[in-house]
Amino acid sequence: MLQEFEFLGVLGAITLTIPVVTLIIAWLLRPKKPNPAKQETYESGIKTIGDTWVQFKAQYYIYAIIFVVFDIEAVFLFPFAVALRQLPLYSLIWAIVFIVLLFDGLLYGWRKGALHWN
Amino acid sequence: MDLEFIISLIVQIVMIGVIAVALMTAFAAMVMVERKLLGRFTLRYGPNRVGKYGSLQIIADMFKLFFKEEVIPGHVERTVYLMAPGLALVPALMAFAVVPIAGAPFTLPFQIMGTPITINPWIANVNVGVLYILAIGSLGTYGVILGGWSSNNKYSLLGGLRTSAQMLSYELPMGLAMLSAILIVGSMQLTNIVEFQASYLGGFFWLILVQPVAFIVFYICALAEAGRSPFDLPETENELIAGFSTEYGGMKFGLFFAAEYVHMIVVSFIMATVFLGGWSGPFAQQAPFLGIGYLLIKVAFILFTMIWVRASIPRVRFDKLMKFCWKFLLPVSIANAAATALVLAVLFF
Repeated sequence: MLQEFEFLGVLGAITLTIPVVTLIIAWLLRPKKPNPAKQETYESGIKTIGDTWVQFKAQYYIYAIIFVVFDIEAVFLFPFAVALRQLPLYSLIWAIVFIVLLFDGLLYGWRKGALHWN
Repeated sequence: MDLEFIISLIVQIVMIGVIAVALMTAFAAMVMVERKLLGRFTLRYGPNRVGKYGSLQIIADMFKLFFKEEVIPGHVERTVYLMAPGLALVPALMAFAVVPIAGAPFTLPFQIMGTPITINPWIANVNVGVLYILAIGSLGTYGVILGGWSSNNKYSLLGGLRTSAQMLSYELPMGLAMLSAILIVGSMQLTNIVEFQASYLGGFFWLILVQPVAFIVFYICALAEAGRSPFDLPETENELIAGFSTEYGGMKFGLFFAAEYVHMIVVSFIMATVFLGGWSGPFAQQAPFLGIGYLLIKVAFILFTMIWVRASIPRVRFDKLMKFCWKFLLPVSIANAAATALVLAVLFF
């Protein structure tokens, strides 16, 4: 099994070369005529007003927080799904309770208005 | 290090190279097929000038991308800006690793130094295949977010942020849809999932038959994850001027473009493997090459429907996109997983 993960590493190395090689070939082939006007922001032909990296809507971060909670809980469910056949009824009931709690968390966020985009 | 191990390693490396090249070729063919089909869907011819029936169009496009002068704007965060296209492409290619393309290993008709050569029909058959797919799939988000952020352009930043919110949100129902499938099979290894489907109901116990809801949820999430229409908000042309890729040009844009298409192709392979029986079909166990054929037919069908969706459904608004995911898809997929677990519990106890 460990060998299989080594193959994943090999695959990662090979796939990494694809973008690198294409970018190098493009770099060798393409014309280079720099010009200050070309280096400006492509923003409807107008210079950016103010700083670009501004503070953004908090809504994005609320979604991110809910996502982290759900993602971790979903990962806990995977081992349970694999072992379902071997589990006694007792642990099965607890797994379903866990799913219900997950759902309850979603309902809580929903009621609090965390899922509302305005 | 014995000889057998070295030979198997070399064979595997060659196999990886072949698959990587095949995926990039599939991307090129896919662009062509999509443009042709979109043309037909809208009562046009599509590209038909370069080569017979426009078949060389993609090669012309590739040359254009290679020879295009690349403007790196002066205000970008240079290192991240250069890395982002690669970061988008690599995970899309890597997710293919665990997909079994045939039922049995191929044996080559000759031997090297007295050792018979067998080629495994997968790159790496890890036992946590599904988790691997989900993990690699979420890495793909980084390329787009970092590309949008490093461009130092408000449109790009907005595009990047939207993408992150969209991809993260749609990952949850996708994982839960996979969970419903795993509940039935009882294994996360993709080879086991296919063998399970091939071993009941005369080889046609496809999981789509018992998990239609999970399949539909997965399909919708696959469209959103690959940034396909109607969920192509990352690159909305008319409001964000192509979003995260506004400041990219030439081959760097080409890599982003490739990433989207490779993502779409690989996710179709995964969908065909988990829900449509993968390589399984009549006589696929005896003749592995038939298995590849079956898998490709299924994948081609899924890709065709994806293009069809693009031609039919207009883009959704961002708040509706988030609402649809969190208030509809997620509850549905949780309920589906819970219902599956309950039914299985009733059947087994």
